[in-house]
Amino acid sequence: MDTRRAPRTVIDPKVRHVGFFAPPERSHSGPPDPISSSPPLTDVSPSGNSLSPVMIPPPRHSSDNLLMHCRQVPLPLTPASPLRRESVAAGSYNPSEFFPSAMSPTASSYASKMVGDGQFSDGMPSPGRGTRGNFGKVASSFPRGGFDLTAMKASSVPASELTTVSVLNVAPGIPEKGGGSVVDVKKDRAPSSKPLKEKTSKAERRALQEAQRAAKAAAKVEGSKAPASGAVNSVNPKPAKVVKPQQKVDNASVAASEKKGGDRPPEKERKKDVPHPRMQYDDQSRVEKAKRRSVVKQMEARNRVELFRHLPQYEHGTQLPDLEAKFFQLDPMHPAVYKVGLQYLSGDISGGNARCIAMLQAFQEAIRDYSSPPEKTLVRDLTAKISSYVSFLIECRPLSISMGNAIRFLKNRIAKLPLTLSELEAKASLQSDIDRFISEKIILATNVIIKHAVTKIRDGDVLLTYGSSSAVEMILLHAHELGIQFRVIVVDSRPKLEGQRLLRRLVGKGLNCTYTHINAVSYIMHEVSRVFLGASSVLSNGTVYSRVGTACVAMVAHAFRVQVLVCCEAYKFHERVQLDSICSNELGDPDVISKIPCREEINYLDGWANSGNLQLLNLIYDATPSDYVSMIITDYGMVPPTSVPVIVREYGREQLWI
Amino acid sequence: MWWRSASFILDRKENDAALKPEILSLSSPPSATQSSMADTFQNPNTKISAYYQTRAAHHGVVTSDWLAQAQAAVAQKSDDTAIPGNEVRVSVPGKPFSVIDEFNNWRKQPDLAEAVAAIRALAAVIRSSEATTMMELEIELKKASDSLKSWDTTSISLTAGCDLFMRYVTRTSALEYEEFSSAKSRLIERAEKFGELSHKARRIIAILSQDFIFDGCTILVHGFSRVVFEVLKMAAQNKKLFRVFCTEGRPDRTGLRLSNELAKLDVPVKLLIDSAVAYTMDEVDMVFVGADGVVESGGIINMMGTYQIALVAHSINKPVYVAAESYKFARLYPLDQKDMAPALRPIDFGVPIPSKVEVETSARDYTPPQYLTLLFTDLGVLTPSVVSDELIQLYL
Repeated sequence: MDTRRAPRTVIDPKVRHVGFFAPPERSHSGPPDPISSSPPLTDVSPSGNSLSPVMIPPPRHSSDNLLMHCRQVPLPLTPASPLRRESVAAGSYNPSEFFPSAMSPTASSYASKMVGDGQFSDGMPSPGRGTRGNFGKVASSFPRGGFDLTAMKASSVPASELTTVSVLNVAPGIPEKGGGSVVDVKKDRAPSSKPLKEKTSKAERRALQEAQRAAKAAAKVEGSKAPASGAVNSVNPKPAKVVKPQQKVDNASVAASEKKGGDRPPEKERKKDVPHPRMQYDDQSRVEKAKRRSVVKQMEARNRVELFRHLPQYEHGTQLPDLEAKFFQLDPMHPAVYKVGLQYLSGDISGGNARCIAMLQAFQEAIRDYSSPPEKTLVRDLTAKISSYVSFLIECRPLSISMGNAIRFLKNRIAKLPLTLSELEAKASLQSDIDRFISEKIILATNVIIKHAVTKIRDGDVLLTYGSSSAVEMILLHAHELGIQFRVIVVDSRPKLEGQRLLRRLVGKGLNCTYTHINAVSYIMHEVSRVFLGASSVLSNGTVYSRVGTACVAMVAHAFRVQVLVCCEAYKFHERVQLDSICSNELGDPDVISKIPCREEINYLDGWANSGNLQLLNLIYDATPSDYVSMIITDYGMVPPTSVPVIVREYGREQLWI
Repeated sequence: MWWRSASFILDRKENDAALKPEILSLSSPPSATQSSMADTFQNPNTKISAYYQTRAAHHGVVTSDWLAQAQAAVAQKSDDTAIPGNEVRVSVPGKPFSVIDEFNNWRKQPDLAEAVAAIRALAAVIRSSEATTMMELEIELKKASDSLKSWDTTSISLTAGCDLFMRYVTRTSALEYEEFSSAKSRLIERAEKFGELSHKARRIIAILSQDFIFDGCTILVHGFSRVVFEVLKMAAQNKKLFRVFCTEGRPDRTGLRLSNELAKLDVPVKLLIDSAVAYTMDEVDMVFVGADGVVESGGIINMMGTYQIALVAHSINKPVYVAAESYKFARLYPLDQKDMAPALRPIDFGVPIPSKVEVETSARDYTPPQYLTLLFTDLGVLTPSVVSDELIQLYL
C-alpha cells in the first residue's frame, strides 16, 4: 500500500496495474519512461509512442490534429479594416459576445471542425450567423497598421538591419561586460538540480524577475523622457548586472531546458520588487515603488476597508480620460495592449475567458509588430516586453488566475524558442502557439465541458444559474437545441446585473426562464434540481473562486440538497490553496454599491463616501468551499472537487509544454 | 419480462441435458430473441438488467414469481415450441463468431467476475480474428466491445472491463513495435492473466481488510458479494472471533445464501430482514458491503438497500467499508439516484399485485461518497476521494 503511494509523483508501473500490467520480463526495454526521467528534452507529442507499455498516455484527443491544423494556418490575422478604426475607443466591445475577440474566422471554423460532428459548434458563434456576425468587427477593431505602426517603425527601422546579425552575436557579446558575475551565477546554478516539483514556482520567480527588469526599463523611459526609441535603447546604458541574469536564463533554457530551476536572483535584486500579481498593498514602500513606474496614475481611495488593505483600493473612474489621452503618445506600450488595458479598466471586457482571449490576442499583435532591437536577442527582449505589458494590464485591473496561467504559458513558449529560428519564424511560431492555446485550452475545452454537462440535464429539470457564465450559457443553449425540456432560473445581483444579459440571450433563444435576485435564492431553491455555476478559477483544495455571491448560492443549494455543478476549463485551475476570500480578492468601485442610478430620491449615501467612519466594500470574487460543490465539469471530464490537485499535477505541466 | 433470465437458467440446465419438457418449451420465446440478438448485437429486453439476472442465476434463486411466469409462458406459448433453445447453440459454430455468445458462455461460471468474462470474450475475438494488422484488430475489438457494452448497459463491471482492455490494446505502445503475431499473442496472454488477477484481487482485498476486523466485532453485511465473502472467510480462517449480521437481501434473497455459506464456516450469523437494519445498528461495529461499480465521485453503485444502510450507519457513526476490485472502477458520475441507467429487476411479492399498483423494480442504488468510510481495493485501502484520482490516471 505504501509502496504504491510513495513513488506516485514519478511513475510507478504499479499505479497502472488496475486491470492490466505487462509482465515485467516482456516489458520491452526500448521505450524509455518519459516521466520518470524528468521532462522530455525533445518536443514529444502527447500521444507519442515512447511511452512505456504500462503507462497510459494522455488521451489522443484532437491535439495532434490541432497541431497540424494550426501549423498550416500560422497567422490567422483578420484583415485590417481601416474603416472600422473609429471603434477603437473603449466602448467598442460588444457585450453580446462570449469571446469578444476570439472570433477570427480561423478560430471559429476550427472549433467547428474539431468538434467533429459539428453539433457543438452551434453553441459557438460563427461568422456566418446573422445575430452574431458582428464579432468580425470586434476582432478587426483592434488598432493595427495605421498610426501606431508608423511610429513604431520609425524607431525600429535603423535597428532592423542589425537584427538578424544580432540574434546570434549578442550571446557572446554581452557577457564581456560582466563575465565574472556570469560565472558566479552559473556556479550558483550548477549544484541546484532541483526536483521537478519546484519548477513552477521557479518559473514564476523568473517571470517575476523578468517583470522587475521590464519595470525598470519602463521607469527609465519615463524618467529620461526619451522618445519612442527610448524603450529600445534604455536597457543598453544599464549596468551589466541587469543584463546578465537574462543572459544566463537564456543559456539555461538553451543548454538544458529542464535545468532552468537554478537561477536564483541575488537577494538585492529580488528586493526591487515589482508588481507581483498579488502584491500586498499595505506594504508602504512597495506601493510607493510600484507607483513610481506605473503608467496608470491611480488615486488611492480615501477610506480603505481595513480588512482589505492588502488589496489595491483606488478611486475609480479617474484614470480613464487620462489614459485615453495618452493613447496617441509614443509610449512603450503596444497599442493593442493599451487598448485591452483600457477595456479592462472601463469594464468593457469582463469574464474570465473573454479577458484572457483579449489579452492573448493583444499579445499576438504585439508580437507580430515586434522586432528585436539591436544587440538583443528576441527571447530576452520579448520576455521583458511581455512582462511590461503584463504589469500595465495589472495596473488596469488585477489579473485573473486564468490570465496568469496564460501568461505563464506564453513566457514559457518564448523561453523555449530554439535559438536557430530566425526572428520571423520565432514570431510566427509564437503567434501560432497563442492561437493554439486559445482554441485548445479555451474554445475546445468549453465544447468538451458542454458535451459533458448536457448529459446531466434531464427532461423536467429546473436549472439555476448565478450571474453570467459563458460556459453555462452555452450549456443551456446546447441542451435546448437538443430538445431537452427544462426551465432556467437566472439569479442575479447588484451592482453588475450580469444576469440580465444572460437572460436576454436565453429568452431570445426561446428558453423558459425565471429571473430573480440573490435575495430570493432561498425561496426559489426548493424547486431547483441542479445548480450550474461558472468559475473564475478552481484552486487545488477544490475551492471555487468565482463572482461574489456564488458561495451564497452554493451554500443555499447545499442546504437544500441540490447538486451544484461547477463548469470550469482546466486552464483556470491553480495550485494555490485559499481558505477564504479575504487574502486574495479584487475590490470594485465602492461607488456603485452606494449609488443607484436614476433613483436620486433613494441615494441616501450621497456625499457620505468621504465620511471617515463609513467604509464601502465592493468585493468582486468570493471563495466557495469544496463541500458545497458536487462536481466540477472540466475538459478532462467530470471530476469531484477533490480531484483538482490531480489534474493540476498531471496536466499543469502539460499546459506549459503544450 | 422475465424471459432473459429464464433463458439463462435454462441455457445452463440445457448443458446438463436433463430438461423437463414444459420448461424446455418455455425457452422458446427467449431463444428466439436470443438468436436474433446474435445478429443484431442488441439486447432486446432492455427492461431487465441482464447483470442481475446472471447473479440470480449464479445464486440459484428460483423465485415463485419466476415459476409463475414460467407457467404462464407455457400456457401462452405452447404452440411456439418449434424453436427450441438448442437450435441457437447448434447454429453458433456455423455462424460468424459472436462475442456475446462467448461472453455468455464465460459468465455462466459462477466464480468468474463479469469483467473477466468480458475480457475472456474479447480474447476469443482476438483468437478468431482474421485481421492482419494491428489497426484492423483494434477496429474489430472495438466493435466487439461496443456490442458487448450495448448488450448489457446495466452491468458496470462489464463496461469497465471492456474499457480497460480496450485501453490496454490502444494505449500499449509496445505493441506497435512488435510484429503482429507476437503482439496478438501478447494480448491473449494479457487477457488470460486478467482472470487470475481477478482472483488475486479478491485475496489482496481480503488480506488488506484483516486489520480492520478485530476480535469480538459485529459486522453487518448486505447482499452476497464474493469479495466480502472472501474477506469474512479469511477472517474466519485466521481464527478471528466475530459475528455477522446478514440482511435478507430481498428480492433475490442473496443474504440467505451468504448466511448459509458463513454457517458452513462456523461463523456465528444472524439473519435480519432488510428493514431491521436501523434496529440492530447500535450493536454493529462496522458495515461491510461489496459494490457493483465504484464511480468517479468515490461513491458506489450496489444492490438496492446499500444506500439506506450507509445512511443509518453514518448517522450512528459506524464505519462503512466497501470491498471492491479495481476493475469495478467506472467513469461514471451519478449525481443522484435517478442519474443512472436503470437496472430493473422484477420483484416477487408472493401475492399477485393489482395492475394499478406501481412497483419499484430498480435493482440498485447509489451511495454517495460522504457515507462511505473506506474502500478496500486491490490497489490498497483508499478513501473515496482517491477513486477519482485513480480513474484520472487510468483513463486520461
